[in-house]
Amino acid sequence: MADTILFYIFAAFVLGGGVLTVTRRNSVHSALWLIVSLLGTAGLFLLRQAEFLFAVQIILYIGGVVLLILFVVMLVNLDETARLRQFNKAWWVALACAVVVGIEIWYVLNRGLETLEPGEAPQTAATIEGNTERLADVLFSEYLLPFEIASLLLLVAIVGSVVMAKKRI
Amino acid sequence: MESIVQHPLFTPVVITLVIVGLFPLLAGYIVLLERKVLADMQVRLGPMRVGPHGILQPIADAVKLLAKEDVIPAAADRALFWLAPVIPAFTALTAFAVLPFSEYIVVTDVNVGLLVISAMSAVGVLGIIVGGWSSNSHYPLLGALRSSAQLVSYEVALALALICGVMTAGTLSMVEIVERQLERQIWFVFDHYGLMIIPFMVFLIAAIAETNRLPFDLPEAESELVAGFMTEYSGFRWALYFLAEYASIFVIGGAGVTLFWGGWLRPFPNVAWLEWPLNVAFPLVLFLAGGAGCFWLTKRLMPFSRWRAIFMAVIAVTLVITGLVFLIPAVNRAVIGLFWFLLKVGVIVYLMIWIRGTFPRFRYDQLMSIGWKYLIPIGMGAVLVNAVVGML
Repeated sequence: MADTILFYIFAAFVLGGGVLTVTRRNSVHSALWLIVSLLGTAGLFLLRQAEFLFAVQIILYIGGVVLLILFVVMLVNLDETARLRQFNKAWWVALACAVVVGIEIWYVLNRGLETLEPGEAPQTAATIEGNTERLADVLFSEYLLPFEIASLLLLVAIVGSVVMAKKRI
Repeated sequence: MESIVQHPLFTPVVITLVIVGLFPLLAGYIVLLERKVLADMQVRLGPMRVGPHGILQPIADAVKLLAKEDVIPAAADRALFWLAPVIPAFTALTAFAVLPFSEYIVVTDVNVGLLVISAMSAVGVLGIIVGGWSSNSHYPLLGALRSSAQLVSYEVALALALICGVMTAGTLSMVEIVERQLERQIWFVFDHYGLMIIPFMVFLIAAIAETNRLPFDLPEAESELVAGFMTEYSGFRWALYFLAEYASIFVIGGAGVTLFWGGWLRPFPNVAWLEWPLNVAFPLVLFLAGGAGCFWLTKRLMPFSRWRAIFMAVIAVTLVITGLVFLIPAVNRAVIGLFWFLLKVGVIVYLMIWIRGTFPRFRYDQLMSIGWKYLIPIGMGAVLVNAVVGML
């Protein structure tokens, strides 16, 4: 019961935050609503017993990504951006896409609503003894190669951004 | 009644209420301690008038702040201006939930405890940035920009230092980290043949930068930026920022104590014959010396009056009684963990005040080069070396 209530609260965070992120005229407000949306996602992770993802979501996305977005946005002249038009001429294409996707979701939901019931969360060893340790084990044994490739990719991105930002190295 | 006490949420809720209720008072006294220590370093007396030796100064300050006019600048973003000081106060107090004060006094022991603390400090930065931006004024904006750059930079070094400790412990749960130190029979700061002292030093420097303390207080550098992000704040909102700052000092000190200084454990927790001298005699001597010091201070009251002298004597007697309480075995077992934890956090807080009293503020480029060119490479090296030594 408490889980269901919390789920709807966090879902409202995610959706409400998302909608307000794209509709606010003031870009700092948009960034802050994005934080609300990400907090909701973190809460949903926590509801599914993924504590590690919850903490990392907050540290990386809120503490890192949105903070840097705010850092840049704060320097923008807000009076000018508030007067800009928020939508360009292709808005009706986006609207059409959104309507099609909406109809699709509605249709699928209507057809398979009975089978959508999620049921009890599985009480596996991972949920009982803490899945942070499990995640570490799997990440550094089974998925070591993808992990290392991802870190290499990040390194290339860092070096690339330094090359692009600095005129003279 | 019985069923309420038996409920699994009963103890956590009580501890939470006590922490939230008592912490503002504790923060006030940390401020008093800071003023007194700084005053002593600068050969002044510090607060002397409100109560004997300024002992009631925090209460007077709190009343003053609550009674002050609440000014909101006309051009400010009102909603965000209102929200901003709440964020760091909220996050700092939330982080208390995972701090193990002793074996028994812990709100909750989650298996990502240390990450929760680091997440809360990451979200707390938002309060500074939003506060600085929503004031719609130049100095706060500059302060906010500086702080976001500073905190994002030093978070990396802090995380690298924490990784070393987590690696040695093999867990992220705060309670288990302490238990692991009991098993290994050593505080992690001395572990790995003393090599763990390097991540501890990195941690200490990064922690001072994360809490915006001198010499890293560029977000509020008063000689350059008036008061940085807090310039437009007054009264209760300003007090919330202040509370958050001291709460985060306590939290980061507590995290450091848990990870490197053995949390609630006494020094040499496995040496049985040290049980009595360290757990009974040491607190007794400490409190008796404190009481004797208070008696001695009654002679040095600046505006002397009989009531002030009596007040001081009452404090002295209270300290002596507190010391004698440690002689009762049952009470001793219950509070000794809390005693050691608070003593260690007190040492870290004192260290921070000491550093504030001795070092000049860094220039902005020095701050960045310390963070990126020294602390992060040293932290990475410490992770590497400690990983290798830990595997041996």
